[in-house]
Amino acid sequence: MHTFAYARPATLAEAVALLEGHGPDARILAGGTDLIIRLRDGSLSPAVVVDLKRIAELAPAIREDGDRVVISATTVMTDIAASSVVARHFPALAEAAAVVGSVQIRNRATLAGNVCNASPAADTAPALLVYDATVVAEGPGGTRRIPLGEFFVRSGVTTLARAELVAAIELPIPARRMGAAHVRRTRRRGHDLASVTLCCGVDEAGTTRLAYGSVGPRPIMQVDESGVLADPAAPAEAKTAILEAIFAEASPSPRSMRASPAYRLAMLRVLGRRALATAIERLEKGE
Amino acid sequence: MTEMIATVPIEITVNGRRRALEVAAHHSLLDVLRDELELTGTKECCLVGECGACTVLLDGRIVDSCLVLAVEADGAEITTVEGLGPEGRLSALQQAFLDKGAVQCGFCTPGQLVAAQALLAENAHPAVPEIQEGLAGNLCRCACYEQITEAVLAVAEGDDR
Repeated sequence: MHTFAYARPATLAEAVALLEGHGPDARILAGGTDLIIRLRDGSLSPAVVVDLKRIAELAPAIREDGDRVVISATTVMTDIAASSVVARHFPALAEAAAVVGSVQIRNRATLAGNVCNASPAADTAPALLVYDATVVAEGPGGTRRIPLGEFFVRSGVTTLARAELVAAIELPIPARRMGAAHVRRTRRRGHDLASVTLCCGVDEAGTTRLAYGSVGPRPIMQVDESGVLADPAAPAEAKTAILEAIFAEASPSPRSMRASPAYRLAMLRVLGRRALATAIERLEKGE
Repeated sequence: MTEMIATVPIEITVNGRRRALEVAAHHSLLDVLRDELELTGTKECCLVGECGACTVLLDGRIVDSCLVLAVEADGAEITTVEGLGPEGRLSALQQAFLDKGAVQCGFCTPGQLVAAQALLAENAHPAVPEIQEGLAGNLCRCACYEQITEAVLAVAEGDDR
């Protein structure tokens, strides 16, 4: 691995000052499951690595704060998957967190890191989009709240500004009863990146939110407010037309080694219908 | 004040023994365990967190030590395969791996053992799919998966008697 200096700020202000001072020569370290691979393969060679794990304000925490839940920047997937707060309000996020990597990866990988890495295949992204998550960014100008739908640009690129870091992910507690499901397609069971990753949420007012990833440069979310998708008795042709419009933005890369575009697009439709059916069933059962 | 130095003094507890070390910031926990502490049971293999050969316990949780910088482990407790059994003896799980033929070339075995030990600590009676899921981050290219699962089950069942 290339040499670098290691900084272990104790406060958020120190971390932001380091990022400001070093600009693009600094990289943020949280779980390290993406960063350390890129430090080793040489695709990143920062002068300084800024470790967020000793910053008190960012210590692992999942807390309810009025009408929302705040997940701090160093909270790992294992804790999200096991959290009773997440299970109660955002069960599809718990499902997604539970399939990221392996146990070893989930014990290190953070939700904030998954979002910042901005992989099109990020498993937590569709669930976070369905639950209307907001990224809380801290930077030299103070705190900025960025809706997740405006955060992803393309693989590895986000709308975070220079010297900003993600301090937390906020999720509003759904005001209406909701059923939701996360599903994915991988080449093998167990530890693999998704060829398609998708989340669907249906609420009691008939709104369906469907988000999908790994089929284009960034995760996409679409909302159906017509009530047709949420209605188990709606005619199949009507549902198909809406789903086709929802999936119209999918543009899988022909260069990916994981699956061909044709396969991904076919599986996107299969998984979309499955997740929708499961979401409706869960809404009915109150799960 | 923020520290910013290329080598960093760290203190870690490895298999119950406190160690004070001076480590390079870019050295992984795996590098330090193997090259400085000479605990070569932990294996280096894929270096991208996919194979699990470098699995160790860090503060009670399994991690791929190739994806942890040694400096990040400052203050932590680490258990490697060398620390699973009492000095000079095998743990029940290690014995079960031998009894069930769960070892062929043996390269993945240390990681499998550490991951399986962590799985059993959390779930004393895992079902087969739980074992498969718990060990999904540990690849065995000799494909001893059946025997590894049997070994874990044997220890889990042994617990009952």
